Amino acid sequence: MWAGFVLSIFAFLSYPLIFVNWAVTRDFPWANLFFFVVAAGLLFIGVRRAFAPNRRRVSKIVAAIVATLSALLLGMFIFTAFVAARWLPASAGAPQVGQAAPEFNLVDITGRAASLSGLRSQPINGKPAKGVLLIFYRGYW
Amino acid sequence: MDSPEESRDLCQKAGYTFTFLSDPKLNAISQYDLVHKGQGENGRDIARPAEFLIDSSGTVRWRMLTENYWVRARPEQILDAAKALR
Repeated sequence: MWAGFVLSIFAFLSYPLIFVNWAVTRDFPWANLFFFVVAAGLLFIGVRRAFAPNRRRVSKIVAAIVATLSALLLGMFIFTAFVAARWLPASAGAPQVGQAAPEFNLVDITGRAASLSGLRSQPINGKPAKGVLLIFYRGYW
Repeated sequence: MDSPEESRDLCQKAGYTFTFLSDPKLNAISQYDLVHKGQGENGRDIARPAEFLIDSSGTVRWRMLTENYWVRARPEQILDAAKALR
């Protein structure tokens, strides 16, 4: 049972600490869900043992609390991954394919000014640029 | 939203060589309608993640506005879109 509980904690924390580094485990957290399933199995075995007739009441109470905490961890993980991560603004004003991209004037890491029209016309290795890839990376959970 | 200095530290540590821009006042982020209010560090506004491929005439040729901010465009998707740009 304790192994199941510890594994639940690992299943929860390993997403931001480990599995977020590879797209295949980041886009859909199947690795974390796998660990949660194994944890649930271990918890089931442990809780059943704690509720055997010859066990003391204290172990039953502890088992119930530990199992509930693990279920909460799983619930929080599923909520964060599948519900909260989709709470995004509508962005109806974002330029569609075929529309002109809005001009911007920002500053790069050296403090120099950079604009979309400037970046578009800047040659790369002496050849004219084919375009600009603009990435808004959010940079936070 | 990071200042140029914060981005410079990040670029140096990570070894990035592409152009990194700073938008601390969310100017470009607002123009592209990507402001996500209050979701950044300390409740600041942040951008929702998005990628736009813009051709040399300034027209958007491909865009990816993810529905789930855990999921971003993969390099292969962007490279495929870029190949279509002549």
